[in-house]
Amino acid sequence: MLKQIEGSQAMAQAIALCRPEVICAYPITPQTHIVEGVGALVKTGDLENCEFINVESEFAALSVAIGASAAGARAYTATASQGLLFMAEAVYNAAGLGLPIVMTLGNRAIGAPINIWNDHSDAMAMRDAGWIQLFAETNQEAVDLHILAFRLAEELSMPVMVCVDGFILTHAVERVDIPDQAQVDAFLPPYDPVQVLDPEHPASIGAMVGPEAFTEVRFLAHYKQQQALRLIPAFSGELAKAFGRASGGVLRTYRTEDAETVVVAMGSVCGTIKDVVDEMRDEGAKIGVVSLVSYRPFPVEELRRILAPAKNVVVVEKSIAVGVGGPLADNIDGALRNLDGRPKLHSAIAGLGGRPITRASLRRLFHTAVENPWQGAHFLDLNEHAVGREIHRVRKIRRSGSTAENILRQLAAANPLPPG
Amino acid sequence: MTQAKTLQPEEARQKLKFYQKGTFTVGNRLVSEEERSVQASEDRSNALTSGHRACQGCGEALGARYAIDAAMRATDSDLIAVNATGCLEVFTTPYPETSWQLPWLHSLFGNAAAVATGVAAAMRVKKKKTRVIAQGGDGGTTDIGFQCLSGMFERNDDVLYICYDNEGYMNTGVQRSSATPPAARTATTPAVGPSPGNVFGTGKFLPKIAVAHNIPYVATATVADLHDLERKVVKAMSIHGARYIQINVPCPLGWGAASCDTIKLARLAVESGLYPIFEAEHGRVTQARKIRKQVPVREYLILQKRFAHLFRDGVDDPRVARLQAICDAHIAEYGLLGEDNEV
Ligand SMILES: Cc1ncc(C[n+]2csc(CCOP(=O)(O)OP(=O)(O)O)c2C)c(N)n1
Ligand code: SF4
Ligand SMILES: [Mg+2]
Repeated sequence: MLKQIEGSQAMAQAIALCRPEVICAYPITPQTHIVEGVGALVKTGDLENCEFINVESEFAALSVAIGASAAGARAYTATASQGLLFMAEAVYNAAGLGLPIVMTLGNRAIGAPINIWNDHSDAMAMRDAGWIQLFAETNQEAVDLHILAFRLAEELSMPVMVCVDGFILTHAVERVDIPDQAQVDAFLPPYDPVQVLDPEHPASIGAMVGPEAFTEVRFLAHYKQQQALRLIPAFSGELAKAFGRASGGVLRTYRTEDAETVVVAMGSVCGTIKDVVDEMRDEGAKIGVVSLVSYRPFPVEELRRILAPAKNVVVVEKSIAVGVGGPLADNIDGALRNLDGRPKLHSAIAGLGGRPITRASLRRLFHTAVENPWQGAHFLDLNEHAVGREIHRVRKIRRSGSTAENILRQLAAANPLPPG
Repeated sequence: MTQAKTLQPEEARQKLKFYQKGTFTVGNRLVSEEERSVQASEDRSNALTSGHRACQGCGEALGARYAIDAAMRATDSDLIAVNATGCLEVFTTPYPETSWQLPWLHSLFGNAAAVATGVAAAMRVKKKKTRVIAQGGDGGTTDIGFQCLSGMFERNDDVLYICYDNEGYMNTGVQRSSATPPAARTATTPAVGPSPGNVFGTGKFLPKIAVAHNIPYVATATVADLHDLERKVVKAMSIHGARYIQINVPCPLGWGAASCDTIKLARLAVESGLYPIFEAEHGRVTQARKIRKQVPVREYLILQKRFAHLFRDGVDDPRVARLQAICDAHIAEYGLLGEDNEV
């Protein structure tokens, strides 16, 4: 049914349609509306056969999900930013135990300095934990990816994180088509665990494993993720048939056929980038974009195939691996490894801590990449004046104080409040 | 003895006046049929079976075996156990072997209570009667698992949490935990310098904190009285909601004690007043296990190398008296001297 609805509420309804049996969550902006939404559906009885547990931390939230999943229940949780870090140990554990938990991540920056706005640093912090990570471009896709996530998780017995841009998606009210229960039931069979805590067939789960088998265990986790590269498009195809719209896939291309410049990005920013691509195409530029849905597993072959013919690849990402550069750019670089006549790679860091990524800035970026390429990571719309002054100040004064506050002070001095 | 047979088991325990020398611990021969420990019985579930890698004389292995078997009996073996990281987890499950004969899950060090909450929630939603136990060492319970435990208590989740208290982080090589007694030598409170061993005035007694959560049932127990331990586990399993049992389990390796002294040390910990054995329901202490004859704490301390620095050069360190004062305070607080009856 078509609805004009807040992204979080739409996701909550989609999650409820997946008939989760145990939901546990701890509040953190911008995830709150999602769990409040499903919580209310449990409380009213609209979502039957479901336990909603208010836990005391994110670490407990995911731990409750681990217990519930190991005991054969379909388990769901959601978090963001600091919350994901607080549960980090359990994030790895859920994957290691092969438990098909689905978690929404309302992507948000990680502090300090504390910041509630959107970027992808939280997802990146857990990118190697063994979870599948899918990024939604729109709220429609967020709805569809949640439904796909449960199917994928349970098929592979592996947890799935659905990454949705905080505020930009979670708090945006827009038109979303929410499937009905029969459609979801037809797509998502009841959870049939590969192993379960059952007094009739007692098993020990989570035993100690030494060097004689650890490599094999990890290899198989990697192998399973490679299987997901095949399953994600297959399930997305099924969904497209059932719902009459295309969502998911490991990636989507837009005007890349003859493109000399291909932009790669994840999440909601792909919408803005497509607008810029359209404008530049109108001006005769051969430019296209790849919206990467599946960051883990990383679709190396697919990316290689699409990017190989390009002259320039521009990676726009909302995270920074401090001391190295852009993690997505590094992964794309890896995908192009040893390719003859490979395209040049240009890495841009954008939208950190919620900074708007504007069409004008993107246009400039894409032009510069071709005409006057930079080395290393470029920080889009960096206030060079402010960082220059701060670097200078820190050099001069030993007790130079907090960088964050000094930058804010500079900004305040540059833009004083009107008098009165 | 013939008189005991005519009494109900619960009643019999209260009224029996036969006890091992100097204690109220009732031997197997002296109790009614229904009350006897059944370690030799073919029906025993042996939920923690032989072949595990615990040290000789490990109190934790003994405590776990009796606690879980009692719970298995009480639940008709319809039971799932969640285990925190620690000695019990490591010595029972060296991959690909396991000593557990019930469904058993190990996730992490600090989350056993929350994982158990999840298992219990799954049972509820699936309309199964299966009961859930979480278990861990003192470190996994009083320190790193404390937040999850308090959350589980506060929500009154249907989980029995059993803490095997060996007063230190044994699995990682005997470091101090918040359950390590004052003066004790551990790897992180070495017996060196002007105040050797663990600091006085630190640490916590989790059972009291559990009682403060007003949960339906809290008890302490000891491997020196397996009847009492089994009874408490059975009682706990007759109740729904959050329950907590903390069992004092001597660790020969960590305490520097002889393997054959495990039960003796557990008994002396009780009889000295150092480890009060009591029960509480809904926030109120309902029963304390009496001490027939208080034993000076010195007798307990001197058997353990972790306290050896208190007895150097044949002179008692003044801190022995401070430990004695702690024992005396426990005796006063819980009314441990006198006849065995309800508080
Ligand atoms: C998060 C985390 N920190 C530290 C450890 C290391 N560790 C494993 S077992 C253990 C000690 C366990 O002590 P306790 O809970 O008292 O159980 P015991 O071994 O004494 O029975 C420690 C510190 C860990 N596994 N996980
Ligand atoms: S170190 Fe202590 S607790 Fe661990 S197995 Fe040995 S005796 Fe038992
Ligand atoms: Mg311990």
